[in-house]
Amino acid sequence: MTYCGHCGEDLASGDHARCRDRLTMEPPRFCTHCRRRMVVQVVPRGWSARCVEHGVLTG
Amino acid sequence: MSKNGDHVSSILQTARTQVLAEGRGLDRDQLVEILQLPDEDVPALLELAHEVRMAWCGPEVEVEGIVSLKTGGCPEDCHFCSQSGLFQSPVRSVWLDIPELVESAKQTAKTGASEFCIVAAVRGPDRKLMDQVREGIKAIQAEVDINIALSLGMLTQEQVDEFVEMGVHRYNHNLEAAKSYFPQVVTTHSYEERWETCQMVREAGMELCCGGLIGMGETLEQRAELAAELAALDPHEVPLNFLNPRPGTPFGDQEVMSSADALRAIGAFRLAMPRTILRYAGGRELTLGDLGTRDGLLGGINAVIVGNYLTTLGRDADEDLNLLTELGMPIRELSKTL
Repeated sequence: MTYCGHCGEDLASGDHARCRDRLTMEPPRFCTHCRRRMVVQVVPRGWSARCVEHGVLTG
Repeated sequence: MSKNGDHVSSILQTARTQVLAEGRGLDRDQLVEILQLPDEDVPALLELAHEVRMAWCGPEVEVEGIVSLKTGGCPEDCHFCSQSGLFQSPVRSVWLDIPELVESAKQTAKTGASEFCIVAAVRGPDRKLMDQVREGIKAIQAEVDINIALSLGMLTQEQVDEFVEMGVHRYNHNLEAAKSYFPQVVTTHSYEERWETCQMVREAGMELCCGGLIGMGETLEQRAELAAELAALDPHEVPLNFLNPRPGTPFGDQEVMSSADALRAIGAFRLAMPRTILRYAGGRELTLGDLGTRDGLLGGINAVIVGNYLTTLGRDADEDLNLLTELGMPIRELSKTL
């Protein structure tokens, strides 16, 4: 992982503790490999996040 | 006793007579007094709000699931919303297809929910969305035993009539904010336009679901104003949302409101509307944490959204359902068949 799934910034720069907290309450919006904004669909009991380059995450 | 202790006990005593005994909601000025109660009086407020709910609504809790049919790309500028296409929000546009919509309805029904609300981020439905909704409702009705609610923005009379014909049970359209604060929240449409849609929905015979968001920077007077305006509109259900500041939106840097303020608001909304379904909606997890669900259900709330929201995640549905069991609060739909 290179980028923060919540804010999209480089994980090596800055403190992402708040982002980690937020990711317990919302799906990732950025691909952690390439920083692209993902297409995210939230449904009542799950979610999916699709990066055009790196595929689909589900939760 | 605090300096204003007599004043505090006075408004709660008034509410006990006026709301609990007589079923008459508090007015705007009285609600301001409720919202100004000191922290030490919040437990007494919630206890009274719970008594009011039990007396005028009963122990049942209405459970609902929601899903976003069309996410993002909205032309409106509601300052709290990550789905506006006018802000630099990370939310991208996406449509849910019909099989996914039906599966979401099935998952919701499995929780015991009686309502499934289909939501789209639009100003109002165009022909494409109307057709998609018609197809979706037909598919759900063929496979799932659940009431269908919609939230698709502002409507024309023809669209209202079409939804009645489709068998839509309830329509959600929130006022969002008090009339005096609305221009600071939305500039692309007016409070009056929202009110008109609400009136059309109710006059057509659908149940009206109409609530708002608090913690958007409004004053306590404006929070009381919103509750009083909703009471005047008299919807079947009021969803109460707490601002979850979304990155990239104009309200993205707002502070999360305190849990004490949120609980005061729950109590106030119940005392404004003793007979209304008062639903915990978005932001409760962030604002109130895990304990907040229990506090709200014992403080005037009698409906919950289970599972996830439109773009954010909710508590695990099983946690909420187990809590209802623990509190001895039957789910409305299940209790009909027991």
